[in-house]
Amino acid sequence: MSVHPVIRIERLGKQYQTDAGAVPVLKDVTFTVMPGEFVAIMGPSGSGKSTLMNILGCLDIASSGSYFLNGRDVNMQSRDELAQLRNQVIGFVFQGFNLLPRANLQDNIALPLVYRGTPRTERIAQANHMLARVGLAGYHLSRPNQISGGQQQRVAIARALINQPKLLLADEPTGNLDTHTSQEIMALFTTLNKRDGITIILITHEPDIAACADRLVRLSDGRIIYDGPVEHAAPAHLAATL
Amino acid sequence: MMAAMLGEAWMAMGANRLRTALTMLGMVIGVGAVILMLAVGQGAQQQIQASIASMGSNLFIVLSGSTTSGGARMGSGAAPTLTFADAQAIGELAAVVVSAPSVTGAAQLVYASSNWSTQVNGTTPSILAVRDWQLQSGFAFTDSDVRSATRVALLGQTVAYNLFGEENPLGKMIRIKNSPYLVLGVLAAKGQSLDGRDQDDTVLVPVTTAQRKLFGSQFAETVRFIMVQAESAEAMPTVEESINDLLRQRHRIRAGADNDFTVRNLTAMANTAAEMAQVMSLMLGAIASISLLVGGIGIMNIMLVSVTERTREIGIRMAIGARGQDILLQFLLEAIIISVAGCFIGVLFGVGGALVAQKIIGMEVLVTINSIVTAFAVAAAVGIFFGWYPARKAALLRPIDALRYQ
Repeated sequence: MSVHPVIRIERLGKQYQTDAGAVPVLKDVTFTVMPGEFVAIMGPSGSGKSTLMNILGCLDIASSGSYFLNGRDVNMQSRDELAQLRNQVIGFVFQGFNLLPRANLQDNIALPLVYRGTPRTERIAQANHMLARVGLAGYHLSRPNQISGGQQQRVAIARALINQPKLLLADEPTGNLDTHTSQEIMALFTTLNKRDGITIILITHEPDIAACADRLVRLSDGRIIYDGPVEHAAPAHLAATL
Repeated sequence: MMAAMLGEAWMAMGANRLRTALTMLGMVIGVGAVILMLAVGQGAQQQIQASIASMGSNLFIVLSGSTTSGGARMGSGAAPTLTFADAQAIGELAAVVVSAPSVTGAAQLVYASSNWSTQVNGTTPSILAVRDWQLQSGFAFTDSDVRSATRVALLGQTVAYNLFGEENPLGKMIRIKNSPYLVLGVLAAKGQSLDGRDQDDTVLVPVTTAQRKLFGSQFAETVRFIMVQAESAEAMPTVEESINDLLRQRHRIRAGADNDFTVRNLTAMANTAAEMAQVMSLMLGAIASISLLVGGIGIMNIMLVSVTERTREIGIRMAIGARGQDILLQFLLEAIIISVAGCFIGVLFGVGGALVAQKIIGMEVLVTINSIVTAFAVAAAVGIFFGWYPARKAALLRPIDALRYQ
């Protein structure tokens, strides 16, 4: 039985319309991600990596090229179908955590289940289970502003995982965290990838974060300039970027 | 799903309590004003309808014509042209329920040491049906009293009170123009007529008694006017015509000559008054509705601010799988909760205000279930109508734009 790729993008392009005309951000990006892979995307600011991530996360749509997510042609999906993909196939982790400040941790984590129509008691049970899984059992009634940044990112990861997605996308998940906390978060990602087999794609500026991944994709000026195992990457491709 | 949405709406509204309360206040004032104004309008309408009902329904009054005496025209009702027999003939017309003749005049009444001057109305027992008049106590005189012109009387409330005070008038003898009359009954209270006359300040005696014994005149069988009740409002034009034809024939009026009587439709006047009251009620309601509209615009304004403020939250929700309709429902629900809760408080204020107006100013008010149900329906509609645009604006945001919003 052949294994289908989680992500297959071909000749993907994205351009923004500005007053000065169309500005291309992504040019002919082609790559494939198989189930269970752990991919780090690096590149300097303006290289298009965040745009790529938003397209992969079905938050934005490409200007040209094709994108198949889990075998489905994303360009052919309606708004509601895209929402369903974001809800059930993808888990998204942001640099700024993006938790709802007014809701407690339990409700934050359970939010994707609300849009899936899961009954309340089951939502609460699953949310508390996830909270325990990221090491925050007992914090279910706290508010996001009552816990540390690292803990908030754990909550965000728990929220991303609650619908058991095939794919976890992380846009600079450690960008707002100190080194020690970053390593804890990366350890969590590694466990999720190695033990639970979740496919992970993350964006980072830092070489030691990228080193946790198995595969490195380096973008420059909207094009892929390196795509291969992390350990084979040239030092320049692994260099810190800002 | 709905429970979760309601919880979120509650939380969002609780996050800015003062703002929510002020937005609600717009609805409270709007709904309160509508309820209060409708109560005042409907109270006035009810009062007028009660006066109309006290007069009797579907009524005609047939007046005798004018007479000329030494060059001075005496006005309608002065000519001795209508007779008791005319009244009986009209009573037999199709679509006429009853007719009652009247011979009226002022007279002084005496009982023991009290006296009272009032309008004495000589008529037949059918006047009670025509005027929808009930007896408070005793019984009415009969057609046989009319035939034999007995000296019996029915007293109006005002007359009974002024002659007898707390004493029971039934079976007592009073004197009208110095002749003794037996009090058979007391009429139930009717209150003021539309033009402000006290309808209870009257005495009813048999028409023949009035004609022959009380106001003896040279035209013994004549009456001043005849009250006629048609069986329905629809039948009134035909009845008017047949009264005309009948009387012209009975009075032997040649074709082309003027009538020596006048037929007036009393109900038409009453209906005009009722219509005016309704128009006033509607107008008060319409003016109050403007404040409801302003309240609705307030909701829309705040919801637009709320959508802008929470753009990032909308982005987060979309990123984790909220569909456009989920976002739409969330904001719409908030708008509806604000308007319906505002409506609820507004109804309390409106009803309270109406009761205060009744107690303190003595204004006639009427709060109907209808106006409350309407207020709720309108409030929900205002919430949906004015919440729709901001909610839709939120639902149509592109996830990436909403998420990037600072």
